Amino acid sequence: MSAPVASIAPRRATRILILAIVGAIFAIPIVAMVEFTMRRGLDGGYDLSRWVTVFTGQLGPAYAPVWQGVQNSLVLALVTVAIMLALLVPTMILVALRFPQLQRVLEFVCLLPISIPAIVLVVGLAPVYQVISRMLGSGTWTLAFAYGILVLPFAYRAVQSNIEAIDIVTLTEAARSLGAGWLTVIVRVLMPNLRRGLLAGAFISVAVVLGEFTIASLLSRTTLQTALVVASKADAFIAVIFALLALLFAFILLIVIGRIGRGRLGRTS
Amino acid sequence: MTTPAPTPAPAAETRTSAPVALVGVVKQFPGLTALDGVSLELAPGEFVALLGPSGCGKTTALRVLAGLESADDGHILIDGRDVVDVPTNRRDIGMVFQSYSLFPHLTVLENVEFGLRMRKVEASERRRRATQMLNMVGLDHHADRFAHQLSGGQQQRVALARALVTEPRVLLLDEPLSALDAKVRVGLRDEIRRIQTELGITTLFVTHDQEEALAVADRVAVMRAGRIEQIGTPEELYSRPASAFVADFVGLSNRVPAVVQGEVATVLGTTLPLVSADAPAGSGVALVRPEDVLIVPGDDPRATSAAVVSTSFLGSLRRTRVRLDDGLELVVQHAAGEHVEAGERVAVRLAGRPVVIDAA
Ligand SMILES: Nc1ncnc2c1ncn2[C@@H]1O[C@H](COP(=O)(O)OP(=O)(O)OP(=O)(O)O)[C@@H](O)[C@H]1O
Ligand SMILES: [Mg+2]
Repeated sequence: MSAPVASIAPRRATRILILAIVGAIFAIPIVAMVEFTMRRGLDGGYDLSRWVTVFTGQLGPAYAPVWQGVQNSLVLALVTVAIMLALLVPTMILVALRFPQLQRVLEFVCLLPISIPAIVLVVGLAPVYQVISRMLGSGTWTLAFAYGILVLPFAYRAVQSNIEAIDIVTLTEAARSLGAGWLTVIVRVLMPNLRRGLLAGAFISVAVVLGEFTIASLLSRTTLQTALVVASKADAFIAVIFALLALLFAFILLIVIGRIGRGRLGRTS
Repeated sequence: MTTPAPTPAPAAETRTSAPVALVGVVKQFPGLTALDGVSLELAPGEFVALLGPSGCGKTTALRVLAGLESADDGHILIDGRDVVDVPTNRRDIGMVFQSYSLFPHLTVLENVEFGLRMRKVEASERRRRATQMLNMVGLDHHADRFAHQLSGGQQQRVALARALVTEPRVLLLDEPLSALDAKVRVGLRDEIRRIQTELGITTLFVTHDQEEALAVADRVAVMRAGRIEQIGTPEELYSRPASAFVADFVGLSNRVPAVVQGEVATVLGTTLPLVSADAPAGSGVALVRPEDVLIVPGDDPRATSAAVVSTSFLGSLRRTRVRLDDGLELVVQHAAGEHVEAGERVAVRLAGRPVVIDAA
């Protein structure tokens, strides 16, 4: 029974080798970064003094932009997720229930941003932001409008795969026939069953927002990424520590997304 | 006359037995008329099956009745009230779908309680009624399971309990058994009928399986291309089909050349009365039921000789295919005791029952 499988599958040694190479590609830069942050001047030797400085909040006023960037990025992540939940998700539900013929169009529009380079996006966004600045001020949070477009492909895929996994039309009709109004259908039937897709979409949006540099930089906004670049010019060591922390955060987010995906699969299958 | 204002009957007693009617309902989809003036009346507590080939509009009729599709014309009456403008969630219906439709995030019990929750029934009462209904479909011991932990047949039973627990005025079933295997299908079909009779709920059951329709329904409505071709009891449909389409669709028929003269037709040398007298004179095709073809001793003067092509055993009876000397093949249904074998020569003749002529 297992013999033919074993003959096709790579041998144990090969598997370990592949894993080791891939692991090294990921690990070497990270290890190098960690090593870099712990160097003690030119004479060699390591210590944790810079990490201590960061975690005990002893950074000088020169690092104020980084803290500002972290704050801005977190606000941006929240607003972007809110935009996604308030606009994208209802649209997708509406299309799935009422206008299935628009499915292809919606998918095309949502996946479009992935094929447009951020630079090109900025060229188009610059005049739009002139208007936005006049109406809403130039607060960093307004970047969330652009980020809402940027996260569309990722959020769309996450939510759509969940919509396709449940029979949303039949569930809705069943609930309606049992006496549920539209609000009840959405809150009591669709949301619980789309939870997995919504969470995954939200987390991946956060990850995208925290990692975005080009648009923020070109529109001269201070976010985590742009502040890091500025800080790295003053003190490369501290900047790398922040980059590592951002990386760790994204890592945790991705693990959580994976957990959500796996946890619910057993239930729906 | 001094008639006092009629006092409304106590709701709880009568609401499960409401009359339901579709009156001249038209439904159009782009480039297609799915319902072309469908009229259908269901008496209180009646079980009507809507039967027809795929694509004839059965599901559409049911969905229009449920309010899931809007009608372009006509009226829908539930308990005497026109509900055309009433949204689905306020039509007080119960529905069981062809595909599995249990809410995946709720347990069996919570699924059944859903409709009661919508009606703001208080928690302990809700639980009592849901458990009672689960008991009725024989699944009270699975109350805490989730849908994916149940078999297809069990899921459809829960769906039935969920639809019935609110005591809706009409129960709508859209091919609820089509995803199940044959044995489960027959069992659940009889169970649906038993529960329906017990509760006395007006029921419309959509199916494309004629055997299923004839087995459970009080009356069967046969649909064809957006219209209802005939409504009648299973016996009426079988023995007095209004058209060749119905005769063909309900039960098996042999197509045999016939000559029509006035109110009789001559088929295989036997003169038979017509089911309906409006068949045009001249030659046509008679639809003859397999049980109206008899295998007789060879010396019968009205018999035609034939050769047995194949024969299959169906329990208490046997279905045998014979080829007449002129090449025409007939299916004969006869008692299993009358043993025949492939290749054997036999004599057949028609029983004297009325036939339907396919004029087309
Ligand atoms: N939403 C729709 N848009 C366009 N055409 C539709 C729609 N729903 C149904 N139709 C068409 O209307 C006709 C009737 O469909 P309906 O589903 O009522 O058939 P049915 O009798 O239930 O068939 P089946 O036995 O296959 O379920 C079909 O030709 C179908 O293609
Ligand atoms: Mg159908």
